[in-house]
Amino acid sequence: MSTLPDIGLPTPTRRPPASHRVYGPSALGGGLHRFWSLTFMLARTEFKLRFFGSVLGYVWTLVRPLMLFGVMLFVFTVILNINKNNKTPHYPEYLLASLILFTYFQETTSGAVPSLVGRENLLRRVRFPRLVVPLSVALFCLFNLCMNLTVVFIFILASGIDPRWSWLELLPLVGLLVIFAAGVGMLLSALYVRFRDVQPIWEVFLQLLYYGSPILYTVQTAAKHHFLNIPFSRILVLNPLGAIFTQARKALLQANAPSAAAALGGASRLLIPLGIIAGVFALGLWYFNREAPLISEKL
Amino acid sequence: MPTTLPRPTGTAATGARGAEPAVSIAGVSKTFRLPHQQYTTLKERALHPFRSTTYDELHAVQDVSLDIAEGEFFGIVGRNGSGKSTLLKCIAGIYRVDTGRISIAGRLSPFIELGVGFNPDLNARDNVVINAIMLGLSRKQAMRRFEDVVAFAELEGFMDLRLKNYSSGMLVRLAFATAIQVDAEILLIDEVLAVGDAAFQQKCFEEFFRLKREGRTIVFVSHDMFSVERFCDRAMLMEHGCVTKVGDPRVIGRAYHELNFGKLAHDAPAEEPSASGTAITEAWFEKSGGERVTSASQEDALSMCFEARVAEDLHDPVFAVTLRTELGHTIVVARSDQHGRSSGSFKAGESVVARFAIPNWLTASRYLLTPSLAREGTGDAALALVADMASIVIHGAATGGILELPVDFELERL
Repeated sequence: MSTLPDIGLPTPTRRPPASHRVYGPSALGGGLHRFWSLTFMLARTEFKLRFFGSVLGYVWTLVRPLMLFGVMLFVFTVILNINKNNKTPHYPEYLLASLILFTYFQETTSGAVPSLVGRENLLRRVRFPRLVVPLSVALFCLFNLCMNLTVVFIFILASGIDPRWSWLELLPLVGLLVIFAAGVGMLLSALYVRFRDVQPIWEVFLQLLYYGSPILYTVQTAAKHHFLNIPFSRILVLNPLGAIFTQARKALLQANAPSAAAALGGASRLLIPLGIIAGVFALGLWYFNREAPLISEKL
Repeated sequence: MPTTLPRPTGTAATGARGAEPAVSIAGVSKTFRLPHQQYTTLKERALHPFRSTTYDELHAVQDVSLDIAEGEFFGIVGRNGSGKSTLLKCIAGIYRVDTGRISIAGRLSPFIELGVGFNPDLNARDNVVINAIMLGLSRKQAMRRFEDVVAFAELEGFMDLRLKNYSSGMLVRLAFATAIQVDAEILLIDEVLAVGDAAFQQKCFEEFFRLKREGRTIVFVSHDMFSVERFCDRAMLMEHGCVTKVGDPRVIGRAYHELNFGKLAHDAPAEEPSASGTAITEAWFEKSGGERVTSASQEDALSMCFEARVAEDLHDPVFAVTLRTELGHTIVVARSDQHGRSSGSFKAGESVVARFAIPNWLTASRYLLTPSLAREGTGDAALALVADMASIVIHGAATGGILELPVDFELERL
């Protein structure tokens, strides 16, 4: 998050020797330091409110994905017996890891949608870079993700997998996930200011993404099915989330599982999910930047 | 109210320094579009892609030009909805102006209200840090100045209390104490002094004078004429988004009150006063002998008088006078129906003089008389009313009270 592109916006608080013009609010203006301290402060406050208010605090946020995980595990391995003959090694760990990563995407994007409207009181009273608001949601959810991932690692270690260097691959993968989620968050938060039905539409879309991403199943399971002679697995990995989960599976759980590149059938094809991530981020940034000056009066 | 603090002198800072202004506003307009539907939806856009949304335009600020000198204490007054807060938000960079430009020399405070970002579920310590970061301090600076904030707010011992358990007075003290930590050369403040107890207000006043001595430029929006006249070097009156008047705060304060009283008459009659034809033709003060006066000493008994021409048959109308100070504080209200007395019947075309005799216990100052006439039983709706029609200056001693009541003093030695 610290490498926000300088897109040539005016920065009202830097002081040139002579008088300077006051422009309206912007997405990024005001200096990187203030940008970061505001983002961090908002995320930290949110975190504090969430976890220090209740007695069990953090436990509650873990309970939700873990409950979901338990239910899924029961339904799919016991009732439906999806993993007959252990065809998918470490299926429970994969389910948990991808569920936790998806939860991050879901929380960030659906939290970002109403974020600007919810911060009306700040937006109408203080000059600060508007982009802070959706990005602080992404950061707050990242705190959560880090805590949840420790639980994932405890499960992985408990299942008998030894620590390995390829676990470090998770860092760039989470990085990509954050960029993707932040891009969607920027876009949706600015859209929501204008169009209030963005929220229900996005909820439906998240449901589609949930079943359309390899969370409950792996890309290998889907490889048997074809669409226009293309194996389903390739289509799944075009989805950035699918590519991230697939690569995470190889890095964390099973070295001989197909990488995202292999699932796509060629490393050069990785450019498609990566391009989607970059494109969504750029679109979000562009749209947010365009809307930023008017956000405070359109709330 | 404290009376020991120096009052700023007139228009001393009116661009006298010749340096470039701290805030320069040139031809600034701001219009809000208020759509008729509350929210638009993507669904509507998809179903009716070419339907244009209808909206009203609210011209919140219209073609305002203004220079505020460095170190000046500048007040903006006006009724609700006159555009003063919008103008302040434009200066602060919270709203983008539609036309014109605003230039600033120096660091500008990013906030316009106190206690921005306060969260009732967090304790005071956290809130001070959050608020200070919003105001532009870094986390470290906020931590370092924390003790100063607590000391100024006089809230030692309440720092671990959640803000929702604070009284409104404590909240304001905390907010003010944090806000003055801001490192800005130009401060923008919207309505702050109306709260807090008298002792804390005094402290805030002193703090304002400190900021002033430090040469900071302060732009200050208020309804409180007392503080505007007290602090400001210059003031501006806004009405319907336009600048009505810029000048000495006392003059502006009067103009503001006139604006408010003018509204009173507007509200008053059910029908047009000119339509009814009943009018107040003259108002004056009289000494006991019947001599009309515009000044009097405290010994003279006074009558507040006015002449009205009745244009319709009236039974038992209510004659009334209001005596106010120049600041608009009401001192005396006298009505003909005060003690259940009847004023009698009047035929159309009659003229009548009403006299209200009072013992003169007024303190030395200038007073303004507002005569009014209403039909029986119509409450506050006047048939005719002329705000501040006559004035009188009272000479004599001023003890500091608003009235000089006769006092019998005695000592009883025990």
